[in-house]
Amino acid sequence: MLSYWRQYLAISPFYLIFLGFSFVPVFYSLYLSFQRYDGLGTKQFVGLQQFEFLWSDPVFWLSIRNTLIIWVLSTVPTLFGALVLATLLHSVRRFKGFYRIALYVPNVTSIVAVAIFFGAVFSNDFGLVNAILGTVGISPVPWLSDPWLIKVVIALLMTWMWTGYNMIIYLAGLQAIPQSVYEAARMDGAGPIRTFFQITIPIMRPIILFTVVISTINGLQSFSEPQVLFASNAANQNLGGPGQAGLTTLLYFYQSAFLDNDYGYGAAIVWAFFVLIIVLVVINWRIVQRGRKS
Amino acid sequence: MTTAVTPRPDTGAKRPRRPKGLSPHLFLVLAVVISVFPFVWTIVMATNTTRDIYKSPPKLTFGSHLLENIRGVLDTVDFFGSMLNTIVIASVTTVLVLFVDSLAAFAFAKFEFPGRRILFGTLLVFMMLPLQLAVLPQFILMSEIGWVGMLKALVWPALSNAFGIFWLRQYIENGVPDELLDAARIDGAGFFRQYWNVALPMIKPALSFLAIYAFVGAWNDYVWPLIVLTNPEHVTLQVELAQLNVGHNTDYSMVMAGVLMASLPLVLVFAVFARGFIAGATEGAVQGS
Repeated sequence: MLSYWRQYLAISPFYLIFLGFSFVPVFYSLYLSFQRYDGLGTKQFVGLQQFEFLWSDPVFWLSIRNTLIIWVLSTVPTLFGALVLATLLHSVRRFKGFYRIALYVPNVTSIVAVAIFFGAVFSNDFGLVNAILGTVGISPVPWLSDPWLIKVVIALLMTWMWTGYNMIIYLAGLQAIPQSVYEAARMDGAGPIRTFFQITIPIMRPIILFTVVISTINGLQSFSEPQVLFASNAANQNLGGPGQAGLTTLLYFYQSAFLDNDYGYGAAIVWAFFVLIIVLVVINWRIVQRGRKS
Repeated sequence: MTTAVTPRPDTGAKRPRRPKGLSPHLFLVLAVVISVFPFVWTIVMATNTTRDIYKSPPKLTFGSHLLENIRGVLDTVDFFGSMLNTIVIASVTTVLVLFVDSLAAFAFAKFEFPGRRILFGTLLVFMMLPLQLAVLPQFILMSEIGWVGMLKALVWPALSNAFGIFWLRQYIENGVPDELLDAARIDGAGFFRQYWNVALPMIKPALSFLAIYAFVGAWNDYVWPLIVLTNPEHVTLQVELAQLNVGHNTDYSMVMAGVLMASLPLVLVFAVFARGFIAGATEGAVQGS
C-alpha cells in the first residue's frame, strides 16, 4: 500500500471534498428523513412517521403529478425533435458547423434568463404570444394561470433548452454509422423513411437509451423553471403559480426544507423522489431494451 | 406514406442521399430561427419601453431605450457587484476543478493501485444521483461551520463534481501514450513530473472543454446560491436576475436589459469556443454511453 502513496495523494483532494460535500451528505439526508428537526432544536427520532405523512400528503402527490406531466410533455418532443434535426443535419453538407452552434446555444443560457423570458412572452395580460393571437382575432389565452397551460409553458421552455443538446449527441452517433450500411440498404431499394426506422433507429439504440436516462434524471429535477417563472420567494409563498399547478416535487422540497424549516420532512421528500426516479429510469431502460428483441 | 417507391436511376456518381422534395435546409433554418428568436426578442424588449412592447400590436423592431433600461437595472440592483461575485466564484471554481480532477484522473487512467476499481465505481454511481439529495445536509454543514452567506460556500461543493474525473480519465487513457510516460520514467521523472510535464500539455483540448463546462455551470447555477447566499451583499448574478423579476408591477424592458447584460458575456464566450466545446461534449457523451 505504501508504495502507492503518490497515487493516493493525487486522488485525495478530490475524494476528501467528495466525501465531505457529497458522500456523507447523501447518507446524512437519509438519516434526517427519520428525524423531526427544524434546524435549531434537537433532533427527534420519529421512525417512518415522515414517510407515512408523505404518503397521505395531497400536496406531495400533486407535486409528483405535476413533475411527471411536465417531464412527459417536455421529454417526448425534445428527443423526437432532436432525432429529426440530427438526421436532417447529418444529410446536409454545407453550414453544418453553423447549424450545430446555433441550435446548441439555448443550452448554455441560464435557466433563470430563459424562465424570465418565457414569463414575459407568455404573460396573460400583454405577452407577445397573446398580442400576436390578438391581431389574428383570438382572445387572450391564460397561459400562466390555467393548470394545464402552465405545464405546457414550462415544458416548452425545457424543450427549447434541451433539444439542441440531444441533437448534438444523436449527430455524433449518426456520424459513427458506416456509410456502407446505407448504401447496402439503398441497393435493396429502401427509401429514406424505411432506412430511418429500420437502420438508423436500431443502430442508434444505445445512444437513444443514454439520452432517455439523462433526460429522465434531468427532466424530473425541474425546479428553477417554475420557481423563477412564478417569482416565488420567502415573501411570496404561492409556489408553483395559481393552484400550485407548476409546483414540482423539488420545489415542494425547497418549500418544506428551506421556507418552512422542516428539515426532516424535506429529506423524506427528496428520498422518496429519488426512489421514484430510479423506478422510472429502470422502466424506461426496460422499454428501450425490449424494442431490441422484437 | 403512400408515395410509390420508384427505382432510382443509378448514375454511379457518389452523391449523399438526399430526402426527396423539400430541402433539409428549410427545416434547419426554421429550427435555427426558433432557437435564436428568444435572444433577438430579448434585445427587442431591452431596447424599447415596456409600454411600447405591450401595446397591441406590439412594436417588433429595435428601439432606442437600451441605456435607459440599463440605468434602471443599475438603480434597482447591485448588478456589477453581483457580476463580480459571479466572475470570482466561476473562475476560482474552474481553476480548482481543472487541477483537482486532472490530477485524480491521471492517477486513475495510468496507474494500478489497490482500491482503484471500487473508488472509481463509487464515482460512477454518484454521477447518477440527483444532487438535491445532498443539498439539505450541505446547507446544515455550511451553517455549522459558519459559511452561510459566504462565497466559499459555493466553491467547495462545486469541486465534488465526478463528471470531470470520469471524462478526463477517458481522455487521458486514449490520448496520452504509455510509451511517453515510460520514457519520462526512464529519464527519472516521478509521478508528479509525469503528470505536470507530460500528461497535462497533452490533454489541453480536454482541459479547455472542461474549463468552459465548469465555468458555464458555475455562472448559471441558481438553486444552491439561492439557498446558501443569505447575505444580500454576496448575491450572484442569477439570484439578482430572479430578484429583478419579482414584484407585481414588473418593468419587463428593464428586466430584459438585465437578462441581456447577464447572458451576453457567456454567449460571447460560447461563440468563441463553440467548436471545441461541442466537439468535446459529444466525445464524452458518445463514449460514455
